[in-house]
Amino acid sequence: MVEHGDIRVVHRGGSKINSREPVVTNDSRFLLCASGERVKVFSTSTEECVHDLRGHTDLVTGVLLRPTNHLQVYSCSVDGTVRLWDFTDGILIKTYDIGYPVYAIYASANHEGVFFIVTPTQSDNRSELFQLVAVHLPQSGDQLVEAQELSAVLSNVSSNPAATGFGRGGEYIASAKGLHLEVYFFKKQKSYRFSLKEDNKKGGKNTLMCIACHPKDDCIATGHEDGKIRLWRNFNHKKEYTYTTLHWHHNAVSSLRFTPEGTNLLSGGLESVLVQWRYNQESERDFLPRLGSAITHIAVSPDGTLFCTSHSDNKITIIQSCVKVSAVIQGLVNGESVRTDLMVDPRSKSLVLNGKPGHLQFYSLQRDKLLYNLDIVQQEYIHELGLQQFEVVKVAFDAPGNWMATVEERKPKAAEPEINLKLWAFDEQTQSFVLNTTVSAPHEAQITSMCFSQAADGQTSMLVSASEDGHFKAWQLPRSACTEDEGPSWSCDFVGDYRGLAPQCCCFSADGSLLAVSFQEVVTVWSPASWELLTTLSQPPKAIRDLCFGRLGCSKYLMGTTASNLLCCWNLLTCSLEWSTSMDVSLLLSDPLTENMAAFCCQAESTDLFVFKPSEPRPVASLKAVCSGKVTRAVFAPREEMLESCEESSQWLNRSQLYFLTQHMDLMTFTTKAEEDRLAASSKQLFIDDSVAMTPFYLLLGKHRKQENQDSLTRLSAELMPLPRGSLAIKELLQSPAHVLPSTSVLCSMFVESLLVSVADGSEESKHAEEEMESEKEEEDSEGEMESRTPRPEPASPGLQSAESAAPALTKAQLKELRRVKKLDHGWLADLLLS
Amino acid sequence: MGEFKVHRVRFFDYMPAAIRAMAFNRRTERLALARADGALEIFNFADNYFQEKVIPGQDGRAVEALCWVGRRLFSAGLNGEITEYDLENLRPRYTVEAYGGPIWTISGNDQGTLLAVGCEDGTVKMFEVLEDRIQFQRNLDRQKGRIISLCWHPSASLIAAGMMDMIRIFDVETGRATHRLLVERGVGASKSKEVVVWSIAFLSDHTIISGDSAGKVQIWDGLTGTLARTHLVTKWDVLALSVSQDESSLVAGTSEGTVVQFQFLSSTLDGQNKDWVRTRTFKNHSHDVRALVHTETAVVSGGMDTQLVVRPLLDKVEKNTQESAMRKMAFPHRSLVCCAKKAGLLLFQFPDHLELWRLGESDGHGETTMKFPLPPFQVSKLPKDLRSAHQLCFSTDSSRLFASSINSSVVVVALNQPECKYLHTLKPKSGEAESNLILEPVHLLFASEDGKWLATANTACEVQVYNLDKIKLHCTVPVYGSCPTAIAIHPTSSNLVVVHADQQIFEYSLVQKEYTEWSRRLQKQGLHSLWLERDTPITHVTFNPKHPAHIILHDMFMFCVIDQSLPLPEAKTRLFNQMILRSLPEPMRILHRHAFKMCKTFQNLMCVRLLEDHSLVVVERPLLDIMSQLPAPVRQKRFAT
Repeated sequence: MVEHGDIRVVHRGGSKINSREPVVTNDSRFLLCASGERVKVFSTSTEECVHDLRGHTDLVTGVLLRPTNHLQVYSCSVDGTVRLWDFTDGILIKTYDIGYPVYAIYASANHEGVFFIVTPTQSDNRSELFQLVAVHLPQSGDQLVEAQELSAVLSNVSSNPAATGFGRGGEYIASAKGLHLEVYFFKKQKSYRFSLKEDNKKGGKNTLMCIACHPKDDCIATGHEDGKIRLWRNFNHKKEYTYTTLHWHHNAVSSLRFTPEGTNLLSGGLESVLVQWRYNQESERDFLPRLGSAITHIAVSPDGTLFCTSHSDNKITIIQSCVKVSAVIQGLVNGESVRTDLMVDPRSKSLVLNGKPGHLQFYSLQRDKLLYNLDIVQQEYIHELGLQQFEVVKVAFDAPGNWMATVEERKPKAAEPEINLKLWAFDEQTQSFVLNTTVSAPHEAQITSMCFSQAADGQTSMLVSASEDGHFKAWQLPRSACTEDEGPSWSCDFVGDYRGLAPQCCCFSADGSLLAVSFQEVVTVWSPASWELLTTLSQPPKAIRDLCFGRLGCSKYLMGTTASNLLCCWNLLTCSLEWSTSMDVSLLLSDPLTENMAAFCCQAESTDLFVFKPSEPRPVASLKAVCSGKVTRAVFAPREEMLESCEESSQWLNRSQLYFLTQHMDLMTFTTKAEEDRLAASSKQLFIDDSVAMTPFYLLLGKHRKQENQDSLTRLSAELMPLPRGSLAIKELLQSPAHVLPSTSVLCSMFVESLLVSVADGSEESKHAEEEMESEKEEEDSEGEMESRTPRPEPASPGLQSAESAAPALTKAQLKELRRVKKLDHGWLADLLLS
Repeated sequence: MGEFKVHRVRFFDYMPAAIRAMAFNRRTERLALARADGALEIFNFADNYFQEKVIPGQDGRAVEALCWVGRRLFSAGLNGEITEYDLENLRPRYTVEAYGGPIWTISGNDQGTLLAVGCEDGTVKMFEVLEDRIQFQRNLDRQKGRIISLCWHPSASLIAAGMMDMIRIFDVETGRATHRLLVERGVGASKSKEVVVWSIAFLSDHTIISGDSAGKVQIWDGLTGTLARTHLVTKWDVLALSVSQDESSLVAGTSEGTVVQFQFLSSTLDGQNKDWVRTRTFKNHSHDVRALVHTETAVVSGGMDTQLVVRPLLDKVEKNTQESAMRKMAFPHRSLVCCAKKAGLLLFQFPDHLELWRLGESDGHGETTMKFPLPPFQVSKLPKDLRSAHQLCFSTDSSRLFASSINSSVVVVALNQPECKYLHTLKPKSGEAESNLILEPVHLLFASEDGKWLATANTACEVQVYNLDKIKLHCTVPVYGSCPTAIAIHPTSSNLVVVHADQQIFEYSLVQKEYTEWSRRLQKQGLHSLWLERDTPITHVTFNPKHPAHIILHDMFMFCVIDQSLPLPEAKTRLFNQMILRSLPEPMRILHRHAFKMCKTFQNLMCVRLLEDHSLVVVERPLLDIMSQLPAPVRQKRFAT
């Protein structure tokens, strides 16, 4: 990413979670998926994001459970590193530096100390050719390891991770590219290659899309572009190989998975139906239809109870035993294009834009979570190529967030466009928008711009819509004139035009006393109160592209950009041009909270950002080469809490954050160093100590419960007798995860002993137990390093009991402890019984 | 190649009959095929799938099942009779009544000693195969319900019978049923209908495979009588099954026209735990697949849509060879049309009648031909010796009629008298006719225009030429390994042109009794690979009287003029170069010309003849017309309908 001093452009929220196959952990509690530059850990039961594994500096391209340790996970990234994480605690264990961009990662339990990655063919990083490379993990205890032992396995593989897979017991690896299937046997070091014809007589396309290997049998399933699935067998013969063809999908099969026992094959594609085929009984199949949108990936939990499907609308569905959708993790829906601008809902401070077809999505940027989808069009969506559907093209909010206006449009071929203007009122009870007024055909032609006025009294609001039919219309909600059963509804108040020209943009001043409407190269300024034309401003030769009133101290200025690459600033008091400068501004927008304005300029395939105040000639900040391509959508989103940055160059980010969409529909934002540090600090505080994932609800309820527990505990202890000081150890014992504890038989005696009231050495002992627990935890964290370490020498004498030396051989130490305890004087017990 | 006025004839309503049964003799590589009209055809798979012999059908003798025992061919039908065929003289040898009602199936054991037939009354009847006949031996235990299918265990001690709703296994020694395997009925509405086990296979490891009317292919363990696996293949019926010789592959034909292959594969690559796995599906038929044969290298299927399809298994044959191409045989490999050159008459041969048409005149610039069906007329009495004839041929002056008769002989009848009169019989080897010599039937006859020569060809690949003046054998053309498909004698030079099933062409000089110079050159250089790859045989050879060097021949997809005066095509030149030649300027054209001039304008040719007035008669029978006359196929769900 591009750095400017301490301001960085980052993916923050709204990144794709469907780009790679999700991974379900062994206990089916967590779901891991690559999301932008991070790996997100979701709880499968609550859909909540539990951890954010941060560390990669570029897109994460693969997540893989470590075959030898099911509590650790590998992630690979285009930044050329593979990282090993402990996902339960969210800790980075190790970083392997590969040196080349990694596009996929594979590993098998039978290949210890090796993982397989897909990298571009080394000669040229930008080439389209990829190869499969085996990486031998260096034995080193360091955090950052450089992996140098690379050996190529297959050349010319597909960069799609679904196109390669390990076969039964890791004996062979199968890879599909184009029309070829290649199977490489590790033992024989021989590869077999099978080719298909480009298309068959009936026009089916045979290109291989994805691959799955049966876990128990030697059978490879391949999905094809024409929707066929082939099951290959006998593929260690050049000629006598054979395959079975299954055909249900009518479009390309995008993902295939066998269940862990190999009894079923799952397939998915554009139909958004999960198909379950019985292995060896393929005429029987089950369907799970209506999953919302096209399936891009399928994952199965290692115990086979959960299926996860990634969908093209940036969604992960968790399905229980192929019958019930139990959870949906929805990311920001990234459509083909955002017809509505990026908007911020003033109430929820969420980002509003096109979502599913015919919907608006409300996306919380702070929590990186989709709040809800609002159905605007309210029509059944029919999935058909080339069918013209209603689309939401404009949306506007009034300042307090009470009203929302939407415009939907359908443009049938060779016919007039159908346009509907809808006005939605916010309903306090349901906490969502309710349709108030529908105006069908508000204009005769496409609506070019729409905005609400911020009326001075804050009660009535006015909507102005400008259209290509040469008129702009003001819509108003009548105060009283309405019937009893229906609420007030909006109606047209004024129709304005100027010399028969088509209005392009419209904009209200901050106090709502002025309305600026641009007609080609002329800007007309109207008074909304009396609807008289106050003045006209113009800056020939080309049409106005963007209009923007200044805010706060700069409210006397009106900014505009023209098609002839001019940025103009008019002073409305003098009605004259204050200043103008020549720059190709693709987008101009103002920050509602400050005087700042942002202008994105496109120059030579990359975009620069200028932040300036209209009153000052010098820009507040300028960032060169923010991203490649043109930026056409951006928004200032207010921050929840103000940043206190003292540096001048980053002050404009203090009150609001600037989000923009790149050419490739990635949502990006700007961040400062201080902010990053703060985030990093806050993430450290999170830790999980219960079976339920960390959610806000949990935090709320959990506190109460904890208190209750403590209360009852104290009550209990008060009633009975003062518990031994070992209670701390008990707590520690109960809280530490079961998998790090020694066996119960060892612990039992210790535990019972700790309950007993000791006279002299009780306190010492409990402290000791505590220490031991801690050291154990440490060990769990650093298990990755453990493998490479030589075993430490056993403590020479039983008397030596420092926690550190006892750490590696824990059970033995415990035994010793037990022996020591046996030797202790138990005379006090007899005393106690006698008394 | 010159220009011809063309009579394009499309009114020959030839309709082949549906294929009912097939049997393949692995030793001789002959496929016997029975059609719905009772006709029997023998294909030689070793000789380019040539249709060697045709035994016409008889009324009310529909064949239901066929079976080879050694070189002998048996058939059984719903008339309750077992028939053995005389393949030398192309007629049934004898019939035996089984007295069990209609016979559904017939099966011989591998040893060739016993024939088992399954009858309507629920009996399996055993017939002993004797030297010259078959004799009833005994009945196995009588069952309730008809016996639809039978299959012997290779050891010939057990026999499996498919019936209604069940499969029975019989011990052949005792005649008792040892197992009863109940076949599940279909689901839904077909629950009340009893399921028919249409086909059954018994493997040497005692696995029984059945195909039934509920669309299932089921694998049973024959030792314990338990069901091992069920494959639901179709919504309709599984009509036919066939297992490869090594028992590693199995094909099943369904009512939907698909052929489904199953393979005996191990689930892991190291070869343990073998199981029958459904692999490929072939769809080459539009209607029921009634008969199936799994040969070493191919799947041969036939059914209601009358076509015989040879689909090679690509894992058994070399890729991109002649063997790996799929063949569909729709028309018989002989000419069903006769043409009177002077009179402009066409005679169409149907299984049970003939049609005679006169060619009309068109207005000149179309290819239209008016048709006038002629009224049928009675022919005068025929002599006794002309009772059975496989092939007829008139001499050019219509004074003689030649008829191929039994024992490879040709009967000559004089027609110039008011009554037909038997003249004499031409025998291939008059003196040394030994009794054990197998005499194959003559299937081609050609009398030369000058009335001097008569050429005959028989299915033993022998071509003989008789001198009609001396009434004796003139010479025998050296035997070539492939069956002749068309013969002709040149009217002026008296050269005999023979075309064989493997597409080779020979020219033999009758005067010098040796191959001509052109023929030697052709053999030396070899024919073009594209010519050899054509999959239908040449069914007729004729000559152009205007250009003595021209030989005109045709197969189902093209007709060709061979100009003997032009150079032969090299291996790398384009064989089909008519379009290129047309685009080239005159001097270049000469450089690119070669002897083979082919025309593919007319498709699905039944006949191409050159008339006296130098116009061509082309009789076409488009396959689409045949398809449209077939009954409606079973209903199939099609995507997006």
